[in-house]
Amino acid sequence: MSEVVSMEEIRAISDRLGVDLTQIDLDSIHLPPGDDLGIPSDDEDLLEEDALEEDQGFGNILVVDNLPVVPKEKYEKLEGVIRKIYSQLGVIKEGGLYMPVDPETQKTLGYCFIEYNTPQEAELSKEKTHGYKLDRSHIFAVNMFEDIEKFLKVPDEWAPPEIKPYVPGEMLLKWLTDEKARDQYVIRSGGDTEVLWNDARQMKPELVYKRPYWTESFVQWSPMGTYLATVHRQGAAIWGGATTFNRLMRYAHPQVKLIDFSPGERYLVTYSSHEPSNPRDTHRVVLNIFDVRTGKVMRDFKGSADEFAVGGTGGVTGVSWPVFRWSGGKEDKYFARIGKNVISVYETETFSLIDKKSIKVENVMDFSWSPTDPILSLFVPECGNQPARVSLVQIPSKEELRQKNLFSVSDCKMYWQSNGDYLAVKVDRYTKTKKSTYTGFELFRIKERDIPIEVLELDNKNDKIIAFAWEPKGHRFAVIHGDNPRPDVSFYSMRSGTNTGRVSKLTTLKGKQANALYWSPGGRFIILAGMKGFNGQLEFFDVDELDTMASAEHFMATDVEWDPTGRYVATAVTSVHEMENGFNIWSFNGKLLYRILKDHFFQFLWRPRPPSFLSKEKEEEIAKNLKKYSKKYEAEDQDVSLLLSEQDREKRKKLKEEWEAWINEWKQLHEEEKMEREKLRDGEASDEEEEYQAKEVEVEEILKVDEEVIPFEESQQ
Amino acid sequence: MRPILMKGHERPLTFLKYNRDGDLLFSCAKDHTPTVWFADNGERLGTYRGHNGAVWCCDVSRDSSRLITGSADQTAMLWDVQTGTQLHTFTFDSPARSVDFSVGDKLAVITTDPFMGLTSAIHVKRISEDPSEQTSESVLVLKGPQGRINRAVWGPLNKTIISAGEDAVIRIWDAETGKILKESDKEIGHKKGITSLQKSVDGSHFITGSLDKSAKLWDIRTLTLIKNYTTERPVNAVTMSPLLNHVVLGGGQDASAVTTTDHRAGKFEAKFYDKILTEEIGGVKGHFGPINALAFNPDGKSFASGGEDGYVRLHHLDQDYFNIKI
Repeated sequence: MSEVVSMEEIRAISDRLGVDLTQIDLDSIHLPPGDDLGIPSDDEDLLEEDALEEDQGFGNILVVDNLPVVPKEKYEKLEGVIRKIYSQLGVIKEGGLYMPVDPETQKTLGYCFIEYNTPQEAELSKEKTHGYKLDRSHIFAVNMFEDIEKFLKVPDEWAPPEIKPYVPGEMLLKWLTDEKARDQYVIRSGGDTEVLWNDARQMKPELVYKRPYWTESFVQWSPMGTYLATVHRQGAAIWGGATTFNRLMRYAHPQVKLIDFSPGERYLVTYSSHEPSNPRDTHRVVLNIFDVRTGKVMRDFKGSADEFAVGGTGGVTGVSWPVFRWSGGKEDKYFARIGKNVISVYETETFSLIDKKSIKVENVMDFSWSPTDPILSLFVPECGNQPARVSLVQIPSKEELRQKNLFSVSDCKMYWQSNGDYLAVKVDRYTKTKKSTYTGFELFRIKERDIPIEVLELDNKNDKIIAFAWEPKGHRFAVIHGDNPRPDVSFYSMRSGTNTGRVSKLTTLKGKQANALYWSPGGRFIILAGMKGFNGQLEFFDVDELDTMASAEHFMATDVEWDPTGRYVATAVTSVHEMENGFNIWSFNGKLLYRILKDHFFQFLWRPRPPSFLSKEKEEEIAKNLKKYSKKYEAEDQDVSLLLSEQDREKRKKLKEEWEAWINEWKQLHEEEKMEREKLRDGEASDEEEEYQAKEVEVEEILKVDEEVIPFEESQQ
Repeated sequence: MRPILMKGHERPLTFLKYNRDGDLLFSCAKDHTPTVWFADNGERLGTYRGHNGAVWCCDVSRDSSRLITGSADQTAMLWDVQTGTQLHTFTFDSPARSVDFSVGDKLAVITTDPFMGLTSAIHVKRISEDPSEQTSESVLVLKGPQGRINRAVWGPLNKTIISAGEDAVIRIWDAETGKILKESDKEIGHKKGITSLQKSVDGSHFITGSLDKSAKLWDIRTLTLIKNYTTERPVNAVTMSPLLNHVVLGGGQDASAVTTTDHRAGKFEAKFYDKILTEEIGGVKGHFGPINALAFNPDGKSFASGGEDGYVRLHHLDQDYFNIKI
């Protein structure tokens, strides 16, 4: 910065140099480019602003081609038309519309530039107006300004792509071959993300990989556990490897908020929503579907949030996540989304709609896929004279397999059993007065001929349903119901004794402190959990024996997660609570194995396992001969526990010895200093604290002495 | 045995101290009036009236004749234990936080808080046998550490002074020259403010409790870290059993957060740890506020805890406790 020069001084200098200040047009003075000669510019903040804008690049500028070529007279008219078209789609910057004119002919050149406030707006307009027919001979060709360079670089001749030699990748499923058959989990606390082995035998976790600031919002395992996905501002990434975690692929998607894998891990859906620059507009939503292995965008969907916000609940405001629901099975063949009066089913071979059109269903509210088969179940509420209905639709034939009409329905929820054998529809119906509702279940047997439906009502049909859950791979389900502060839990089976075609009640447990159900992934065992209001009560229940194995509490627990094998359960207190963040690992029967406390604990996720390759028969055979197989493992367990207690004893002994040694050393010093201490105390000798003794002193105190003369009656004798 | 609930203070407890014989228990609270109790049955014996602010700390002489108290009214007072009369008042320019008699009771160390631009300081006063000869002059004033000094105690043979406070550093000072001899290592030391410090009975080691949810055991001469005890709560008070190798940690969540959660969430327990194995043995519940003060009876058979809730709980330990084996 130069020193401030006052006008007086300037005048003095100009006088001396013989320059007439009034004759000088100050605006005509130019400094050499790139040098301000130390003179601060008044426009400096203005310049800075410009610089900022330049940082953004030209992403917000569009080039519109194929405009009519008009003479000067019509210039303004054309500009008005273009402005009208493009200002509908976003806010054009002041002076952001520029239509160059040929200096010779004074005619326009047939193209113009439009600058928006944000790249999002520009992108949106490009999509909407590319191919816009102004008239028959003028069809707009719209491009991003940024792309021009890219298009210029396209070589004129096609060159065959270089074929890279095949490099064998790492074995991504290595973790499944762990000798001790342990499972992994990922935890996120503070800025750190850690993947750990659950070493239940040693009663502690073993670190696999730790990385600070691995993700910007959350992590997620792929459904079969092969990859760990992280989310960043620029997009998502997946990680995996034989022994550690390397980045395998990146998926560019700016400001991605949510991700979702297809069940077979072949595709990844990413989602982002962008603030509109015009507050009246709705959020703009961008969805990309990537191929997980190649990283290619298979299809993208863009639009306003409204288009994606129909039906369903949950997820991020406005949009129910996942937007695209995948059909079951490893093939990842179909995915579907719900729209207004339609369900759009896409196939992954072409990433286009099946039969090029959506399924039209008036007023459809909700749908879900069977977890194993390409069958859709959908719910349509009552509308006019039409009763509400639940129907099952086969894909790709779009043939209706079964339909059930329901009357005076207020709401419906669909629960598929994990093998796709059964579908339970929870139906809330209005009572006759329409003032309250009661609940019943419609149970579909999908795998049986003609799909029979059975209606189930609870013993007390006015009971509110708090939770419902199918036994994974099984035929039973559990319901928490009741209006009491302590509701009841009932178990039902889709089979009853010899008759496999009838539902039967197994038992009802009265007055349980539970509001959530967590079945073991292997079935049979279930945790009746009292979350939130019940402060983390846990009851470990065996449904085969109808017996409580253990009751426990993880105070304030917010999450319950079974490991994929059903051997262990994790309960966690995440950072929604301030205190006691961390997690507990329990055995399936409710024995607390270990507990880890972590401040700012965000996430606990078991690494999923792919489905077993064993056939059902083989599995049954193993279950039958469990004793034979388990012998080996029991011996191992015993060895480990022996070793552990041995190690423990050693450690304790060592600690004790160390302590003794230290104390002895001190005692020696203490002894040496005895004289000095005596001196400090003016010769008072006692150092020993035990020098006084407790003596029992009996004190007798006479409280009161009364003399009473008892009359002696002669007559009694 | 059922604990004896001693009600007498109207404000949160700050400090507890047994006399050497273990028959008297002195309690300090924010309610201005230190109180003395029978340590056996919890009966109130008397109070020491005269302070005009919260009383933060006290110490009693070896022969149980003198009591010294440090208070937020910017004084430390010397009392006659038996009669409750004030013998002398040391006035400072800032609240007195901690007091401790030396071996032989001829010296006392008093710490003062940072206040109105003054930094915290450690004062050493000579205590005269005859109270009429008592002067307020400091033998030594130590300054330097940032923030409050929560505890300062005498080292072996009165040669050193050990101080700990808000800056999470433990310092050993030369009691003659006032030089810092040792400072605890940042790496292994506490991460947050140290709230309490207690010497072992034989004076060979001491334990510090900190808001970083841990307590640590140190060698009093070399200031080497011997043990580390981790817990789930900020630690406000620590003490050690004179009889068994046990340490007791008291604390709880911050008083300001207490009302926002269930009382169980606060974990206002006195937690027993094995001193050598650093493993948790058990806990004694009862307070419904954080525990601010803990003291073990010199006979090791009972201990007292004082809470933010204003109660002193006197626990006589059952025979079972002495049979614990881990």
